[in-house]
Amino acid sequence: MNMKITHLKQLLAATGFIFATGLVQTPALAQQKNDPKFNKMIQESFRADGIAALNRIDQDATQKFCSDPKFADSKQGQAMREKIQKMNMDSIKQPSDGKYIGDWKNGERIAQSGRGATWTDTAETPIGGGCYNCHQIDYKEISYGNIGPSLTGYGKIRGYSPEVVTYTWNRINNSKAYNACSNMPRFAHFKLLNEKQMQDVMALLLDPESPVNK
Amino acid sequence: MQRKLTLGLASGLVAALLTMTSSVSAQKSATDDIAKYREMIADGNPSELYEAAGEELWKKPAGPKNVTLEQCNLGLGPGVVKGAAAQLPRYFKDTNKVQDLESRLMTCMQVLQGRDPEEMIDAPFQKGPKKDMEAIVAYVVTLSKGDKIKVSTAHPKEKEMYDLGKRAFFFQGGPMDFSCASCHAENGKRIRLQDLPNITEQKGAALGWGYWPAYRVSSGQFWTMQQRLNDCFRQQRFPFPIYGSDVTIALSMYMAKTANGGTVETPGLKR
Repeated sequence: MNMKITHLKQLLAATGFIFATGLVQTPALAQQKNDPKFNKMIQESFRADGIAALNRIDQDATQKFCSDPKFADSKQGQAMREKIQKMNMDSIKQPSDGKYIGDWKNGERIAQSGRGATWTDTAETPIGGGCYNCHQIDYKEISYGNIGPSLTGYGKIRGYSPEVVTYTWNRINNSKAYNACSNMPRFAHFKLLNEKQMQDVMALLLDPESPVNK
Repeated sequence: MQRKLTLGLASGLVAALLTMTSSVSAQKSATDDIAKYREMIADGNPSELYEAAGEELWKKPAGPKNVTLEQCNLGLGPGVVKGAAAQLPRYFKDTNKVQDLESRLMTCMQVLQGRDPEEMIDAPFQKGPKKDMEAIVAYVVTLSKGDKIKVSTAHPKEKEMYDLGKRAFFFQGGPMDFSCASCHAENGKRIRLQDLPNITEQKGAALGWGYWPAYRVSSGQFWTMQQRLNDCFRQQRFPFPIYGSDVTIALSMYMAKTANGGTVETPGLKR
């Protein structure tokens, strides 16, 4: 009898503990509130310079959501995450000529360049893909970043199926269609690369003749 | 002259060292070579030239009032330069603002010397009045070298600035969706071969905040923290951050406070 009571006490204590932990782990997490003081600071701290106009700090829904990583990564943020991804997915256009694979040599040039779109550039400065800034691609290029995953052997590893091709096209066009707060720029959404340039970058990854797949 | 020659040779050497690295271990060895280079010229950081010029400017009567900066209060009392940079940014009663080193120096130039801060704000980096500012900054930060980073958020305005800075650190914008956090919120990340400190943690924040302002080998220039932040925003594809604006001070407050306890290594020596 005595024994049973001790067990019961332990059980109650444990239940209480779990309950308390549950409370601690599920605070009412919500997206950070609009802060007029913060907005004022941002509005007053920048000036337009050349092509870098002031509207660059006007956030769209994706940028706003991803500026609060605590909420964006949380369980409570999941519904919004999915909404953001869908919105970005819906904005993707498949190639107008039905062609997905361009010239890998030109793709390599685009992948190498991290230039363009800053206030020291002009509207005529070609915008690079900046791919090597964050990804390993052609294994011969040793100067690569690691913010994104390695893309070495991209097609060789994944195959050249229509599914892989479409996925890759979508990912280059708008990475946020798959991962709401991916670190990768939305190349088509903000017209950083045009359709032809994206076809060329596609070739770098998915032409069997590309050094990436050798 | 002698120094210039040594510097030239050293820069040549680092270039050679960097090109020599061509194997798989390039990532590792490029970083090592830069460390070697830093060691080599540790006794002759080119910042010393700026520092010497800055000390002269500090003690020279200037501006419409023809007064020196020697009575400037950087937070430890009028005229105290030793250790001042280690406790900035901070709240100043006379301006009722949180100020970083450069915005505080603008206040001193205005109040003591009668100079118009707008001229400083509008000047391009490395030119005109900014050139003087850069030298003075080099002088001031050298006198905190070796001190512990010790920034306070005890004053409500300091706490507020820290909170604003933390939020600004994660603020995404521009055509590439970048925030400071895109590059500086994870450990072990690189852009190309350049290591990126994780500024959201003490260790990484001290690596960033503790080593700027610095002499930049690639540009052959001494860069203040304002210029460092300015170039970050340029690469983020943001509009131009106004010199000494609140967003730059808020970010500085966030970085400095996160770096607390680390060592001031300024003036640093950077790629």
